[in-house]
Amino acid sequence: MKRPVTRRKLLGGVAAALAGAILAPAARAAKAAVRKVFVSSDAPKGYRPEDHQWAMAIDAGRCIGCGLCVEACKKENSVPEGPYFRTWIERYVITRPQPGSGESRGPAHVDSPNGGMRGFPEPPVPKEEIQHAFFVPKLCNLCRHSPCVQVCPVGATFDAPDGAVLIDPKYCIGCGFCIQACPYGCRFMSPVTHTAEKCTLCYHRITRGLRPACVEVCPTEARVFGDLKHAGPSDPIRQFYERNKVQTLKPHLGTEPRVFYAGIDKEVR
Amino acid sequence: MNEATNVVLELLPHFEGYVYPNEATPQPLWSVLIVLYPYITGLVAGAFIMASLVRVFNVRALEPVYRLSLLTAFAFLLCAPLPLLFHLGQPQRSFQVMITPHLTSPMAIFGFVYAWYLMAVLLLELWFDYRRDFVEWSRRAGGWKGLLYRVLTVGVDDVSEASVDLDRRMGHLLSVVGIPSAFLLHGYVGFIFGSVKANPWWGNVLMPIIFILSAIVSGIALCVFNYQVLMWVRRRTTDIRCLDVMGMFLFYALVVDAGVEALDWIHRVYSAEEGFQMMHQMANEKLFYTLNLGQALLGTLVPALLLGALQLLRRHIPELARRRIYFASAVLILVGVLAMRWNVVIGGQLFSKSLRGVMSYKMEFAGMEGWFMGAFLFMLPFIVLTVLIRLFLPENPPGGKTDLPEAAPPARLASQPGAP
Repeated sequence: MKRPVTRRKLLGGVAAALAGAILAPAARAAKAAVRKVFVSSDAPKGYRPEDHQWAMAIDAGRCIGCGLCVEACKKENSVPEGPYFRTWIERYVITRPQPGSGESRGPAHVDSPNGGMRGFPEPPVPKEEIQHAFFVPKLCNLCRHSPCVQVCPVGATFDAPDGAVLIDPKYCIGCGFCIQACPYGCRFMSPVTHTAEKCTLCYHRITRGLRPACVEVCPTEARVFGDLKHAGPSDPIRQFYERNKVQTLKPHLGTEPRVFYAGIDKEVR
Repeated sequence: MNEATNVVLELLPHFEGYVYPNEATPQPLWSVLIVLYPYITGLVAGAFIMASLVRVFNVRALEPVYRLSLLTAFAFLLCAPLPLLFHLGQPQRSFQVMITPHLTSPMAIFGFVYAWYLMAVLLLELWFDYRRDFVEWSRRAGGWKGLLYRVLTVGVDDVSEASVDLDRRMGHLLSVVGIPSAFLLHGYVGFIFGSVKANPWWGNVLMPIIFILSAIVSGIALCVFNYQVLMWVRRRTTDIRCLDVMGMFLFYALVVDAGVEALDWIHRVYSAEEGFQMMHQMANEKLFYTLNLGQALLGTLVPALLLGALQLLRRHIPELARRRIYFASAVLILVGVLAMRWNVVIGGQLFSKSLRGVMSYKMEFAGMEGWFMGAFLFMLPFIVLTVLIRLFLPENPPGGKTDLPEAAPPARLASQPGAP
């Protein structure tokens, strides 16, 4: 009689251990999810993310490609040297079509040497061959449905209630899944912390009433920043929305970016 | 060495066209370790399906490889998370995947699927299958082995007919549960890639299906390979009937797998969505050898023709030739599926998400993501399997029967020197 009971007990124990293993993390996950927003976010004490809705807009027609924003971002956020950028500038040079080719335009040349941090060299084609040329500042698109947040296995990256998409550097395990999932190439694996990094809208600044570093240094106001919950009709961000027809990057992916662009071309992805 | 290689690569990063500045790193974010991870996991799932053919579908001819398949699945499962773990930037935080999982993440759920598969399916099934032998061996073997077998009985030493029958029924039940679990295990790995809509090479609804099918193919091939190598090491002949049946399943699995992969490509070519030009360039240039030669020709077409020919002409082909054809097909398939994993993982990172440029990848020699580490992690499951075989599939077990076939008569052995 005794021995079959031993086996049953063993199986019961295994089942209980399994149930415990499944339920305990779920309870902790719920707890962590509630607290997550306030953990390691660089915001000062007393800052209430629910009271804000930060937004960024880019008027590409104003950008002169000086690269100050890239440099300011690198310095402000201690972004490592090398191919690591929280923001960068792309240059688009769209050429005229070959005469008699029947095409509406020639090929587009795109570059971003060192993220555009030191400006740009001479265009790759002679000036008379250029149909359009413009600069496009890039940064985190602050997606409403962020694929990066969706795929993070531990919830280290999250949507803050104020519109910022943040990473808790003390929680990130450095798997790189979010970097693969970001369609815009806005994330990188830091060679210093070995965790994922991205634009935080200079969260340490905006939560203290300052503007992001890139917005602060832009000499042409190509980058427009504001708090949609407190912006009056004359606020630059409201003015931007009033004056421009806007578009977002890669809209077909359904990420619904909250960074709006004015003055860009179909070549921009 | 590692640093020297990196310096060279950093000095000469090789890109064509425009890539996002964050993509201009000398190495792709996921490299050889992440190639091995789905490969090893797939071998686990496939080897388990192979074992299930005996348990669930009652394919008696495959009994000689039943335990070997289970042990293979177990050895590879133990090693499956290692590449993933070594790849992490902060491996010491990996436990957070289990403690505070983010439930919308395919990678988080994989941790639970893995734990379920290891603890609730494979370990238990092995235990129920071996319990009677453990009891017997613990009585006959002395020393640390006897102690080990005794510990493994977990004190349940009842070998009455009713008790053994219960073991058998539980094993059967676990096998039935194990099949969808194996599908889930590897389907999830496929979903990790298939869910990335940012990447047109990966984001594909067929990806989990392709991963499962290629896993079954590679798992059966691995069992064919392991069985023949084990028999060769032990100087015994393989059971040709068992090999024929394995070959048959391998052939049909390969045909279905190749069919679905072809469907995937036909869909990609026909719909020619955004990014198709880039994929076309990848298939014709960057991945020409691994995709067209490694995966399609050597890994699929040649073994499909060889195994297909055996289905039609088996009676006319001598046993020795058949054994060699099975062995060669298994090796080719194993290489082909490895190439497939390479093409998925590395291929998906050789072009920019701006769809305007391509990157190059030269594998490091040393270092965490280098040749050495890759080779070590690839060999590790075989080393674990060797230990497991010595312990649990001994040539001369300390009592109970082994399910390997009897040794062939010497005359027959002599006529087939070195036949795998």
